[in-house]
Amino acid sequence: MNNVGIVIVSHSPKIAEGTADMVRQMVGEEVPLAWCGGNPDGGLGTQVGAIMEAIEKAWSEAGVAILVDLGGAETNSEMAIEMIGEPRASRIVICNAPIVEGAVMAATEASGGASLKEVVATAHELAPA
Amino acid sequence: MDAAAVTKIDLTTLITAVADTIAAHADELTALDQAIGDGDHGLNMNRGFEAVRAETATLAEKPLPEALKAIGTKLVMTVGGASGPLFGTLFMTLGKELPAEPGRADFSAALAKAIDAVAARGKSQAGQKTMLDVLYPVQAAVAAGKTTPEVADIADQAAEATKPLKAIRGRASFLGDRSIGHMDPGARSSALITRAIAGTLEPRV
Repeated sequence: MNNVGIVIVSHSPKIAEGTADMVRQMVGEEVPLAWCGGNPDGGLGTQVGAIMEAIEKAWSEAGVAILVDLGGAETNSEMAIEMIGEPRASRIVICNAPIVEGAVMAATEASGGASLKEVVATAHELAPA
Repeated sequence: MDAAAVTKIDLTTLITAVADTIAAHADELTALDQAIGDGDHGLNMNRGFEAVRAETATLAEKPLPEALKAIGTKLVMTVGGASGPLFGTLFMTLGKELPAEPGRADFSAALAKAIDAVAARGKSQAGQKTMLDVLYPVQAAVAAGKTTPEVADIADQAAEATKPLKAIRGRASFLGDRSIGHMDPGARSSALITRAIAGTLEPRV
């Protein structure tokens, strides 16, 4: 699959999975998609290892766009990208966008074969000014 | 810790001391975080440092820089929450910057770089009610040649001094003015770690 992949990272596994369901409803199997959420004890939180696995699962040579909810999800996603390292790291971008709307819009854009830059720009349009 | 080289750091003692203090204060850290954050700081830090403790034997056999990098990576992978990358970056950068047998000047320089790396990771700076508000004064105290008990006291005072600050970064910033009057949990854990490490260095210098 050459479409850009989408990764959803929420503190809540329910939100991550639910957002992924909404993405699937929109784009079916046309976009590589993975989600993660929750801490190792089953509570709310985000984990670097789980994010790295999700990126691996949704990997596309066209790149991966990540949608996050709150601060720790972003910090942990940045750390995960750094640990994955080049040559992949520069093709993984965290979107500044609301997680649900951003994931659905980014995936819809990706399903049409858009580049990573276009996918990220579409999500960024949703960011509060 | 005087100007002479701290030639041998006992990693087993150091890891045990840090993990013990985090475990002993886990509930307190969580309570601080419940007041102005998401209430998981004690649990997260304890999970991370218990994971480090579980590998003490392996870590103690490594040269200091490699051990510090491994501790940082372990924290990144196990803490769960922004504290993982933040404290992980601190230890990983120390490992990257320190020679195998560091003296005070080495430690002071490496700590400065490690704190800058934490600031970059957290997109934060001093005065925003974060762990940086303890780490910067600690580094300044080390650079100024303070004794280890003095450094530990400065860390505690710096954590205390986060109370009147308004949070600008992290979950606490959502509270705005309501974050004022509470000690920052990351500042508290940074002070606890500082005291634990200072205590292990004290007898030998």
